Parts: sequence; C-alpha cells; structure tokens
Amino acid sequence: MVNAPLALLAELTHRCPLRCPYCSNPVELSRASAELATAEWARVFREAADLGCLQVHLSGGEPTARRDIVEIVAAAHEAGLYTNLITAGVLLDAALMQRLVAAGLDHVQLSVQDAEEAGAERIGGMKGAHARKADAARLVREAGLPLTLNAVVHRQNLHNLPALIALALEWGAGRIEVAHVQYYGWALANRAALLPTRAQLDEATRIVEAARAAHRGRLVLDYVVPDYHAARPKACMGGWGSRFLAVSPAGRVLPCHAAESIAGMVFPNVREVSLHEAWYRGEAFERFRGTAWMPPPCRGCANAEKDWGGCRCQAFALTGEAANTDPACVLSPHHGLLAAAVAEAGQAEFRYRGVA
Amino acid sequence: MIPRFPRGVRLQEDKARGRWIVMAPERMFVPDDTALEVLRLVDGARDVGAIVDALAAKFDAPRAEIEADVAAMLDDLVAKGALAW
Repeated sequence: MVNAPLALLAELTHRCPLRCPYCSNPVELSRASAELATAEWARVFREAADLGCLQVHLSGGEPTARRDIVEIVAAAHEAGLYTNLITAGVLLDAALMQRLVAAGLDHVQLSVQDAEEAGAERIGGMKGAHARKADAARLVREAGLPLTLNAVVHRQNLHNLPALIALALEWGAGRIEVAHVQYYGWALANRAALLPTRAQLDEATRIVEAARAAHRGRLVLDYVVPDYHAARPKACMGGWGSRFLAVSPAGRVLPCHAAESIAGMVFPNVREVSLHEAWYRGEAFERFRGTAWMPPPCRGCANAEKDWGGCRCQAFALTGEAANTDPACVLSPHHGLLAAAVAEAGQAEFRYRGVA
Repeated sequence: MIPRFPRGVRLQEDKARGRWIVMAPERMFVPDDTALEVLRLVDGARDVGAIVDALAAKFDAPRAEIEADVAAMLDDLVAKGALAW
C-alpha cells in the first residue's frame, strides 16, 4: 500500500544571489532556459493537490528570482495548497510582499547565514544581504504573515547560536529552524570547513533545549541534528517515496531534492507524465520504497521501518552505492567514514560556486 | 483567556485521508477526537470557560474534569504554535 504524499517541494529555480558554501542544490545547476513555465507549475500544483498533498514549499535557489513568483503563489493557493515561501529575502520589497499576500501566501521561511553582518555576508557570499534580510523580516511581519527563521548551523557559526535565537525573537519570528548542514550537493565539497566538533554539537543541543524551555509558547524551535556524530541514521524524507516529493526547476519529479545526486537514476518529468503516474508508477520512486530493496544489515533490522535505512543520497555520496545502509548507522560497515571526516575537518577555506 | 488560531494556522479537512488536521507553518498536526472537539470550538470569541461549558453540555460530563483536560490540551497546543492566546 503506497501512501499519498503530504507535501510538495517546488524548486522553482536554481538561480540565487547568494553563494552559501553549504548549498544542498546539485553541483550542476539547471539553466534558466530549462525552467518550467508558470502554466506548467500551475498544473503541477493541481496535480499535487489531487494526489493528496496539503502543503507546498516554494523554494529554489531563490524563488523570488522568478518574475512570475506572484502568479506561481496564486496558482498554488488556488489549487488549495498551504503555501510556504522559502526565501533568502534579499529580493523582497514592500510592493512584492503585498502582491504575495494578496495572491494567498500563508507563511515565509527566511534564511539567515549568521547572527551578525560580517559573518553572515562572508558565509552567504553576498554584500549587503544581512540588512536586506532584516528588512524582509519586517515586511513579512508588517504583512501579518507568520515568519520562520531558518538558520543553517556549522563549524563557523555555531558560536553564535544564542545570538541567532535572539535574532529570531528580535525579528518577530514565531519559529526558528536550527538545522545542522546536511552534506549533499555543493555542501559536500565544503565538508571539511563546515563539520562541527562533537563539543560544538553537544553545546548546540544544550542551547536549543534551554531556549525551548525559556521561550515556550513564544518561539517554536525545530532542531535538525547532523548525521556525522550519530549512531543511527535519520528517517530521511520519512522513507523514500512515502510522504514527500520534489519537482526540480526543469520538471524532474524527485523523492527528495538531493536525489539527482545519485548517478544512474532516471527521474520522471512533469512535462511527460502526471505527478500521479510519477508517484505511483515511477521506477525511481519504486526503487527504494518500503523495505524489499534493502540489503543487510538493513534487511531484517528491527529499525528498518523506523529509519528506512537512512538517506540514499548520503549512502551514494559516501559509499558509491545508493542501496547501501546509510553510513550514519553504527551497523554500516562504512560507519567509520564519518568519524574519519570529522577528524579531518578543520580550518579549511570555503569553496564558493563559480570560483575555481 | 481566549484561544485562537494564529495567522498561518488553520483547522482544515484532509479529504484525501478522511480526517481533520491543523495546518501550520511547515508542519501539520493530526488532532485526536478529543482535541478535535476542542479545536472546533476555538473561534477567537469563546474563552476557555465557554469552551468547557460547551463540552460539558455536549458530553454530559463533570465540568471540573473537562476543565483540567482542556487546560492541559490548550497549553500543549500553544507550546507547539498551533494556538495562541
């Protein structure tokens, strides 16, 4: 029995004015000319709603880099989806905010690279970005929309975690997502510069728990832990092809936004098939759905239907074989790769996209 | 004290799965039958006392018992960001 998906990640474009070293988009980005048109996205949203999706995350790249972002929000809203804009905020102005609200936008998730300007602009690779984000937060709140601050944390900004939480309160966010970097796509190229130490991780966890208690009822804290210090893998996407689907800028239908990093997989495209067809009959979705595909030690494991073997993209990136047990699992024969990567991490320089 | 759904949070029918859910920013909650009874009475006008009265009448149950359950449930939903005061 295949469940219907709950949420759609719509990656509207790979274009982005920021150059975050932990970008989870593929190393090879889609060109603007390959992007789906407004009407194609409108059809995708209707098909997603018909399939049982309740929420759409409008993301990228930077979704507001699309000139038709207002029409896209309107189409998602008209399809009956809860519309969430995941943005860096640097292209938002009062007029655009007003049009997005009128189009039916429900929520904004705003990224922030660090708690203070110098760090934020070094990490994001864009001058003036931090001040524009502060403006964007104000515009969202003035429009009456709920705001989530998304803080991706790593070796080079974890010392500012208390200040990031304070920033969420100062900017009027009702929620902050403190997300440790996940090492796919471009982020993997910067792993040595980004991986936190065990002590940093433990301190971050302590800070998050204390802040949850201190700001209960005022600020919701969501916390995404890094795999590299874990003994058990995360239930990536709640299981491959189980709850979630993504559509890439060029229309490929993916079980997770990083899935294109797995070499040799062919994904259905919304230009050729319906979302229904892709979800229920797409070979790529069948490939790692459920537990039948699992080799040992996942096969027969008591946790097989809890963690679903972890993350296929991580298994591929680290072992070269997507069907292997995620090395984050202590039972994986490749588990030692993670400790080795942590041991190698240090003061490496960031590698930015577009810079050799 | 009057509980309300904050902007960006709503109780809606999940027709594909034959249930009601609370949609919230980047998350959703599936209320159990009891929580759903309470959430249906959250309209931004009824205070906690009025919600308890309505439930006591509907289920013909002792008011004090319902009051404690409703207070705990509302507190939990506010902490999750699903409701606000």
